[in-house]
Amino acid sequence: MSSLVIKDLHVSIGDKEIIRGLSLEIPKGEVHAVMGPNGSGKSTLSKAIGGHPDYTITSGEVLLDGENIIGMEPDVRARKGLFLAFQYPMEIPGVSNANFLRAAVQARLPEGEELEATEFYAAMYEKMDFLEIPRTFTSRSVNEGFSGGEKKRNEILQMAMLEPRYAILDETDSGLDIDALKIVSNGVNALRGPNLGVLLITHYQRLLDYIVPDYVHVMVAGRIVQSGGKELALELEEKGYDFIREGIEESASAVL
Amino acid sequence: MSSAILEAERMEQTIAAPPANLLTAGPLTRETSDGLAPLQAKAWERFESIPMPLRTNEEWRFSNLKRINLSVYTQPVALDQAAAESLVARSKGLEKAAGRLVFGNDELLSNELFSESLRQKGVIWLPLEQAATEHPELFSKYFMREEAILGGQKFAALHQSQVRAGTFLYVPRGVEIELPVESFHWLHGAGGSCFPHTLIVAEEMSKVTVVDYFQSDSEDSEGFACGMNDLWLGAGANVTYVCAQKWSSKALAFQINSTVVGRDARAVALNLNLGASLARTESVSRLRGQGGRSDMLAVSVADETQELDQRTFQIHEVRNTSSDLLYKNSLDDTARTIFAGLIRVDPGAHQTDAYQKVRNLLLSDESEANSAPGLEIEADDVRCTHGATTGQIDAEEFFYLLSRGIQPKEARKLIVHGFLQEVLDRLGHAAIAELLSEMVHAKFDAKAR
Repeated sequence: MSSLVIKDLHVSIGDKEIIRGLSLEIPKGEVHAVMGPNGSGKSTLSKAIGGHPDYTITSGEVLLDGENIIGMEPDVRARKGLFLAFQYPMEIPGVSNANFLRAAVQARLPEGEELEATEFYAAMYEKMDFLEIPRTFTSRSVNEGFSGGEKKRNEILQMAMLEPRYAILDETDSGLDIDALKIVSNGVNALRGPNLGVLLITHYQRLLDYIVPDYVHVMVAGRIVQSGGKELALELEEKGYDFIREGIEESASAVL
Repeated sequence: MSSAILEAERMEQTIAAPPANLLTAGPLTRETSDGLAPLQAKAWERFESIPMPLRTNEEWRFSNLKRINLSVYTQPVALDQAAAESLVARSKGLEKAAGRLVFGNDELLSNELFSESLRQKGVIWLPLEQAATEHPELFSKYFMREEAILGGQKFAALHQSQVRAGTFLYVPRGVEIELPVESFHWLHGAGGSCFPHTLIVAEEMSKVTVVDYFQSDSEDSEGFACGMNDLWLGAGANVTYVCAQKWSSKALAFQINSTVVGRDARAVALNLNLGASLARTESVSRLRGQGGRSDMLAVSVADETQELDQRTFQIHEVRNTSSDLLYKNSLDDTARTIFAGLIRVDPGAHQTDAYQKVRNLLLSDESEANSAPGLEIEADDVRCTHGATTGQIDAEEFFYLLSRGIQPKEARKLIVHGFLQEVLDRLGHAAIAELLSEMVHAKFDAKAR
């Protein structure tokens, strides 16, 4: 029961089907990487699980510790313990990071209970220090004028504060130089543990040098076409996605 | 038996002085010793001779004139002791202020004057009525010397014929008043009226911040508010003026603002519009001395059937002056806003730098924002830009907040606050910005319930 289960998921944008029968299980405590070429539907997968209104789930289930979250509002899914780290985090002009985080933490408290401000700030500062985020961040508007690295660190800070049960990290490595990549990876690694399951979506193997996954899945054209251990990522890096594609085409023609 | 007599007597007393209907009231009755009396008689004549505005008048384009009916209001009604005490107790502004005046239905209820040291420096801070009598020369030199020119002439005349409440503040050369000066104006009961006035004269190299709060005693009370402010900035003076308006949602409100900026002076004025069924503000900045700068700011939160009508005029009379207007409106339900703003650069006013920006955020499909910016340029080598934008909450921003577990209502509130925050930040006064932000919050929270 303690897992995020995706069962035969089909997702469309408008009339176009992007995810075509995808199944995955991420038990708590494990890190699963989903790799795939551009256009394979990786980002669609994360947005659809998060409940973005532009993505229509036509069939299938997403079970969060046994509970189907399909049909729930995005904020309800989040409060049930799902976290989405965005590939392109949004800028929210005029809303300070501190107020944004406070609202998110407050939303998780029982009705009528007020957030204890000093405890909140102490927790936030501790996590910021670990992620090497300067204190000036708190008063800056959410992601506004942030560098790519700052935005991604901010995503991980939010994840650290919100303590999700399952986190989907969508191309967290994009837009990061080597130093930023290390900081962000250290942050994710520090959050790994028996109470968190991670779905790591990435195009490049390099992220997996820093966040070493327990399993690697290859996604092509809206399906998982191959799964394996962390060495699968290295094989992909070496041979490219074409070797997987060829494999699929071969098996497809074999069926015919 | 005796109680019946008492009852009858009390009835008689109440009937003895019913407040007069505004349209037939005549000038506010005055002693001849009063500095305002002669002005008020003339003003009443003007009020009667100027016709009610018509929708065909350019200045009243888009306005819903059907909602302006003065015949249902009376002159200000006297308050009983309990009401007066309650309003004073509810007059909460900034934690630290240099001084506070409280008015209810135009009656002075409380006067917390500021320090003796400021008085010794020559600062004059008095209720308007008292200033007119005690400093007649200074008063008449500045009181309503600039005509209303944006369509509200009739209401300016009415204001002048009825005014008694308000703040008179004279800051002599080189004097800086560190803490803000506050005044509170309350509308109490149904069908009454009030005519708040703020007159600030900031002499050369002086500095002051003034905050006016306009409120109704209850959300249900209907009433009419017709206020004005006159800001006069001498050379190098620095004046920040804030008018925080949250009349009841049934009130009718006019506010006519005039700012005259001298050489190298800096004026910052912000209107916060939260209340009133229909609120119209007319704001004119006259850049009269080289190097002068005027920042015109407004934050408006309109919902239900509210109509907020804002008219502005940036007049560059001499060269090397600048003005920067930023108005932001948030609209929900079937609310309407109107913005009509004009920048005028007079002949010879070269090197003018004028900027005007209006942004509307629509939170519902039925809300309606009208924007009509305009330019009149009669000089060369000027930089004037203006723009109006209208948009809705960005769906991706919204999803981002939801994905963090923030409830849709709260997420909308955060986004609207963020949208409005830019204007509040421009004040450069954290404590006031914080207070105004709380007032905006309160309006959203009241709606949530």
